[in-house]
Amino acid sequence: MRKSLRSLALAVLTGGALAMAGAAAQAKVEGDTIILGSAISFTGKYSTNGVHAQKGYDLAIERINAMGGVEVNGKSYKLAVQYYDDESTPARGAQLAERLINQDGVKYILGPYSSGLTKAIAPVTEKYKIPMVEAEGASRSLFTQGYRYLFAVLSTSEQYLASSIDLAAEIAQQNGKQPSDVRIAMAFENDPFSLDVRQGVVDDAARYGMQIVIDDKLPRDLSDMSATLTKVRALKPDLLVVSGHSKGAATAARQLAELKIDTPMVAMTHCEAAAIVSKFGASTEGILCPTQWAETLSYEDGYFGTAAEFDAAFKERYPEYQETGVPYQSAQAAAAVLVWKEAFERAQSFDTEALRDALATTDLNTFYGGIKFSEAGNNIAKPMVLRQVQDGKLNVVAPSKWASHPVSHPRMAP
Amino acid sequence: MLANLDLLFQAPILNVQLLLDGLLIGAVFALSAYGLALVWGVMNVKNLAQGDFVIMGGYIAYSLSELGVHPIVGLPVAAVGMFAFGWIIYKVIISRVVHKDLFTSLLATFGLSLLLQQLLNLVYGPDVRTADSGFAVRNLFGGFVTVADIKLVSFGLAALLAVGVVVFMKKSRMGQAIRATAQDPRAARVLGIDTERVYAFTYALNAAICGAAGVLVSMIWVIQPFYGIGFSIRSFVIVTAAGLGNLPGVIISGLGLGVLEQFAAFILGAELQIFTVVSALLLVLIWRQIEQARQRQVVR
Repeated sequence: MRKSLRSLALAVLTGGALAMAGAAAQAKVEGDTIILGSAISFTGKYSTNGVHAQKGYDLAIERINAMGGVEVNGKSYKLAVQYYDDESTPARGAQLAERLINQDGVKYILGPYSSGLTKAIAPVTEKYKIPMVEAEGASRSLFTQGYRYLFAVLSTSEQYLASSIDLAAEIAQQNGKQPSDVRIAMAFENDPFSLDVRQGVVDDAARYGMQIVIDDKLPRDLSDMSATLTKVRALKPDLLVVSGHSKGAATAARQLAELKIDTPMVAMTHCEAAAIVSKFGASTEGILCPTQWAETLSYEDGYFGTAAEFDAAFKERYPEYQETGVPYQSAQAAAAVLVWKEAFERAQSFDTEALRDALATTDLNTFYGGIKFSEAGNNIAKPMVLRQVQDGKLNVVAPSKWASHPVSHPRMAP
Repeated sequence: MLANLDLLFQAPILNVQLLLDGLLIGAVFALSAYGLALVWGVMNVKNLAQGDFVIMGGYIAYSLSELGVHPIVGLPVAAVGMFAFGWIIYKVIISRVVHKDLFTSLLATFGLSLLLQQLLNLVYGPDVRTADSGFAVRNLFGGFVTVADIKLVSFGLAALLAVGVVVFMKKSRMGQAIRATAQDPRAARVLGIDTERVYAFTYALNAAICGAAGVLVSMIWVIQPFYGIGFSIRSFVIVTAAGLGNLPGVIISGLGLGVLEQFAAFILGAELQIFTVVSALLLVLIWRQIEQARQRQVVR
């Protein structure tokens, strides 16, 4: 008696499990809603930017749904996102990606925040052949692995400081010197993203034949670069580039003023994240800051209008950003959702392979910039834009096609 | 590396800048290690949350500056606040791991460290913060050497605190009680010293000193909930090099560490800073082993 009960229970459980597995294999479309999935950093050290990105995703989804949603095979579908908190930990992110794909049956992934987390999740989505459109992982090494299901809307890391090298060459020529006369000092943190940025600078400098006189790494824990800046004072380079996330920017901005460094051109990443203008005031005049997107650029699309209109819409939806401004992390997240929407409508299908091919042939203009993916999956249609702190504001100064103000050179000594 | 060494010889004034920076920075490290020497020597508790106490002090100064108060006021506020906090932590956690084996006290304080980091992250977020002291920067030697006034102030305060603690340990009743308990807790108890109170006081004093150091850190550099580990590591290096309970030794070790780090960063590059520090510790320990081996041979 007991034995047959046990085997009955086993049969029911097995049948149930098989049925669930079968259900998971189908596309995650519930009724008239397409479910996208995302593991993103709501807590931990990336939480600030993780939340910026999530708000960008949500705003785009609201806008698309309000405009009639996604049309596939004559029927209108709304978009929704299933979120999980990856706690800023790569291992957890990979776990959650597996859970989204296997347990929740999600077939369409939006990327996490940071290259580290994207690197952890990409092998998972690649293994299950699930397309992922990401907007916050800029590391070049993501696109050298031969991933077919990874697509990124943002400019990759080696482009971050590249335009500052071009600008230095341009200014040298204006002053009657050769680009190869330019002497560069570099200070980078010893982590994958910053080292990618460094590689971009090294490659660009080599193109012009420029000399690199200082090549220092910033210590990861203690935020003191006075030894490097002492060297800068001794060797007097023409250009100083610094990249060490917001800690590096805050440290550099403070210590440049403290040690009274008068290098004529200084470029650093993460100026906005570190809020150097509001924190360190007048001493940051003339510092160059690369950015993925600015609300003053003249990009435009049919969903949000111009970049400035996206800026206004974002501030209206999330009033807390009215003082701080809209971060580019939110803009690029919104763009990623637009890419998905367009892909669904071009493929006219929910099949992941058809969607993957549709994503690969993306070629559209958005309020965030042009989006066109290379073979490797990175966006080759949008340049990194350079802004300069001028009178306490950040103005676009390069590339000249998008510049709204002329560059001010040399930087005034603080 | 050789090019950097060459620079030092060609422009000797750079040595002055590095030495000065090293001493000023080392003073802050010495301060954060001070309390650890006490806690380790008296209670045999290896406080892995040392750096997190420092960061907490820094956040107190940051919060004050957000309210419009000058962060230097944070020094007494952080000292008192962290003293109370340290007392509570002792009563709740540390009192259970005093004089237990190595693993237990490490585990307890490690857990405390994790808890503090995550709490700070929840309250303040993971972005780096700094408190602006508004002090000037002075130029010396015709502009070749710059010194930020805040670093001079912190050096002075660190010196004051160090002298204060040494005097306290020698002259006051509680200081005597602490030294007695460190020498032999059972005998101290027999003679009527409330060792529990002594332990609580020592741990709270450690937290207070760390808090004060943290205020200075937030004004000189930047703080972030997860930066405590850097200060914990350096504190352990300093105390190990100086020897337990050797307070003047901690000062000298701390200053030496600061100078060594600056020169290492200049000559070898900033990524080898911690490597140099830990290698120096290794050499100190090997030297001590050789010295003591000789002594043991004589006794035999």
